[in-house]
Amino acid sequence: MRAAPASAWRRFLRDREGLSGLVVLILFAFMAVFADLLADPAGLDVTKATGKALEAPSWAFPLGTDHAGRSVLTMIVHGSQTTLLVGLAATVISMVLGTLIGVASGHFSGLIGGTLNRLIEWFLVIPYLPLAIVLATVFPPGLPKLVSVIVVIGVTSWSGTARLVRAQTMAIEARPYLERARALGGGHWHQMTRHVLPNVMPLVLANTTLTVSIAIIAETTLSFLGLGDPLRVSWGRILEQAHDLGAIDLNAWWWVLAPGIAVVLTVRAFNMCGRALERILDPRLEM
Amino acid sequence: MSGDSDGAGAATHRPRRALPPGYVLRKVLAAAVMLLFVTVVNFFLFRVLPGDPAKAFAPRGRNADPEALRELRERLGLGDPWYTAFGKYLRALAQGDLGVSFSQHAKVLDVIGERILPTVLLSGTALVLAAGLGVWLGARGGWRQGSRFDKISSSLAVTFYSVPEWLLGLVLLVLLNKYGVFPARGMNDPRSTLPVVVDTLWHMVLPVTVLTIVYVAEYSLIMRSSMLDERRADYLTTARAKGLRDDLVMRRHALPNALLPSMTLFFMSMGFVVAGAITVETVFSWPGLGLLTYDALRGPDIPLLQGLFLFFSAGVILMNLVADLLMPVLDPRVRTA
Repeated sequence: MRAAPASAWRRFLRDREGLSGLVVLILFAFMAVFADLLADPAGLDVTKATGKALEAPSWAFPLGTDHAGRSVLTMIVHGSQTTLLVGLAATVISMVLGTLIGVASGHFSGLIGGTLNRLIEWFLVIPYLPLAIVLATVFPPGLPKLVSVIVVIGVTSWSGTARLVRAQTMAIEARPYLERARALGGGHWHQMTRHVLPNVMPLVLANTTLTVSIAIIAETTLSFLGLGDPLRVSWGRILEQAHDLGAIDLNAWWWVLAPGIAVVLTVRAFNMCGRALERILDPRLEM
Repeated sequence: MSGDSDGAGAATHRPRRALPPGYVLRKVLAAAVMLLFVTVVNFFLFRVLPGDPAKAFAPRGRNADPEALRELRERLGLGDPWYTAFGKYLRALAQGDLGVSFSQHAKVLDVIGERILPTVLLSGTALVLAAGLGVWLGARGGWRQGSRFDKISSSLAVTFYSVPEWLLGLVLLVLLNKYGVFPARGMNDPRSTLPVVVDTLWHMVLPVTVLTIVYVAEYSLIMRSSMLDERRADYLTTARAKGLRDDLVMRRHALPNALLPSMTLFFMSMGFVVAGAITVETVFSWPGLGLLTYDALRGPDIPLLQGLFLFFSAGVILMNLVADLLMPVLDPRVRTA
């Protein structure tokens, strides 16, 4: 299961799908980090918009303008910050929860393990979007919306990882070296952190890239439904505004198409990296 | 699903035994516990609502009539300790009383009941189309792994797998709307001269296409990978040695055995079908449960939202139970698990 990091990295670079995904991701990360240099943030202010409302793409506005005359390109460049930030932060919450609960439910038998397993199953079965909507509605209004979106996505998306980690933990626990650790008097904590966790980590890492893509889809979906941060531009928020303000009836295709392509490209790039990592870490798939 | 009629019969001649009652009982019990947990979450989540929960549940929020607020507090049991209030809630639930939706001015249960059919029509049609098409595409791609058909279809599938349903719908609408061929909104057009059934079908074309494309991606990817697992099995060599055509080996022998993950997906993916319904119905203003959720969210109409969450969860749990009970009957290999 565990490939040496250096050789795994070389194999990733030889994998055409993984490499092209990585290149796309680096480009988007670059765009998010240098957003202020690439496009003047003043362009996000409705009162300082320079263009006419709903201009089709031209030399001055390569991706057209929205209802207030703002450049759609500027909004996409700055929106990448929020979308990627929420996607990554939610993934961290989701991975930590999924790994902790997965390892604990696989390691402990009896009441604790059984209860945790029920909890994982419950979150797997319950439809995530209604749950996310309900959680976002009851979230304390004192906290920033951005935090609420991150937490809601993190809390609703960890169960898949937990199931995977649980299965892997149980497979590892059956091996002789854990028997040895137990015989030498290693406690639960020692067994879990020193023996189980290092063996589960590669799987978790491969799963991370897939979780990011799920988190980004969730972020855009929640923003589209009006549950995002209204003060920050994100790709989902651009699409929400386009839908609410009638881009369809106004035939403003540029207002929808460009942010849509940005979402799909990013999600697909994360998926491509994830598939490549899976191929490298799981030799069974190589046929 | 395709292949079921001619394929499964050929592969399994054993009589189908009934399920052991212990297994059935265990699964039903597990579903009941899940459902109970949903009601617990539903009850407590909405009790921690910021501010005065009664005001959130009341029609006009903060400006609600004090008399109505008092009545609502009594009904929700806000003055009582939590166990009394929870008891009240469970009793009301048992009588089918989910409260009153103030945005729709009707009982929540009636509001939900009215909207079920359009959603089932839309999502059901898309799901059946997607399952059939996806199984066919995935089986063909997996059978000839690395062929041009396989490369193109799996690359397309991965792409559409990365597209949220509503986004595809939005893009399709904005590109097609100026031609005005397909209606962009609703389920019926009162001005239409067409018969109602034809008009509804006409309105269904775009949303069903969108949902089908996204779901096909999932089915074909799953089917392809289970076909890959099955492809080298010894019984297929035997079938070829008998002199069967390659096509028949695939359809009669490999397909039924590789079908199980796709069938499981059919029932298990209901959670995602719900999510797809919510967003796609919002984009196309399709008057089903999804659009109702979106409208409830805008209020927010808390009693309606609470009822919808309960309804969606119960529906998904029920479908999972059906899958758990049906799979071992359809495929005896599951019983050992």
